Amino acid sequence: MLDADFFRRWMTATAASVEREAERLTALDSPIGDADHGSNLQRGFRAVRDALDKEPPATPGAVLTQAGRLLISTVGGASGPLYGTLLRRTGKALGDAAEVDERQLAEALRAGTDAVMQLGGAAPGDKTMIDALVPAVDALGGSFAAARDAAEEGAVATTPLRARKGRASYLGERSIGHQDPGATSAALLIAALSDAAAGAEAGDE
Amino acid sequence: MSDERLVGIVLVSHSAAVAESVAELAKGLAGAGDAVPVAPAGGTEGGGLGTSAELISAAAASVDRGAGVAVLTDLGSAVLTVKALLAEGDELPADTRLVDAPFVEGAVAAVVTASTGADLSTVEAAAAEAYAYRKV
Repeated sequence: MLDADFFRRWMTATAASVEREAERLTALDSPIGDADHGSNLQRGFRAVRDALDKEPPATPGAVLTQAGRLLISTVGGASGPLYGTLLRRTGKALGDAAEVDERQLAEALRAGTDAVMQLGGAAPGDKTMIDALVPAVDALGGSFAAARDAAEEGAVATTPLRARKGRASYLGERSIGHQDPGATSAALLIAALSDAAAGAEAGDE
Repeated sequence: MSDERLVGIVLVSHSAAVAESVAELAKGLAGAGDAVPVAPAGGTEGGGLGTSAELISAAAASVDRGAGVAVLTDLGSAVLTVKALLAEGDELPADTRLVDAPFVEGAVAAVVTASTGADLSTVEAAAAEAYAYRKV
């Protein structure tokens, strides 16, 4: 079972990945975006990490809804409302339970992903974070490692796609050949689930 | 509608300068638009290009006179942030609407219409109608 501390570790691990990969995310965002994806997410997940460390919410759902709310108010780019909606809707779907199982997490994350598609209007194949999230949610029924691999494959598979959403879509064919920064950061978020689970086994944090 | 309960207008742009200038333009072209509560919410809190949920919430609260608030945006994160705040439920005044309209022309139409004491739906319709204005 996954408790509130698992979800806090998930957010902390995501914040650490974003810190580590911020330069790469911004570099990916330079040819097809406005070169701020890494720094925007860094600001957002730092705020999430600090708030959760200071006053950890009592339930898995509350951890994610608070994280989502903070991302919306601190990121400053489109990834704020998109990731904010993802986490908030996932958190709402988890309800007030003190512990949830992996299957409930997978269902909740699917509800969150659906909410992101509704908010941004993106579908699979549009070269967005959805291209990492949808395969990850599909694989989450297996294991966190399977979800991580599926998300990373999904992110890499955005390279030959032509962007249909966001600023990159104005570039038309010139968006082809670049890995999507949003799909790349979404893969970091999913990979952090494994880190959070490993943290429990190792007994640290 | 009585004049003291005018619809408020919030203008959200990635740029503080754009939001402020469009607010000034719309109020100037409206003539009687001085009475309309209009607030720009441009850029990030640090003064950079982007969107700030905090600035949007503060701007909406500052123009709320109880007759509703019409929010016009430029693109991308401005649209998504307003939508996410509306979905949140308690971040914006009751009866706040994201208006689907061109930013500059829609802002002028919204402020002029609001200055007549029109209700929120009428202001929204006038701003949206600005899409039908052809230049060629």
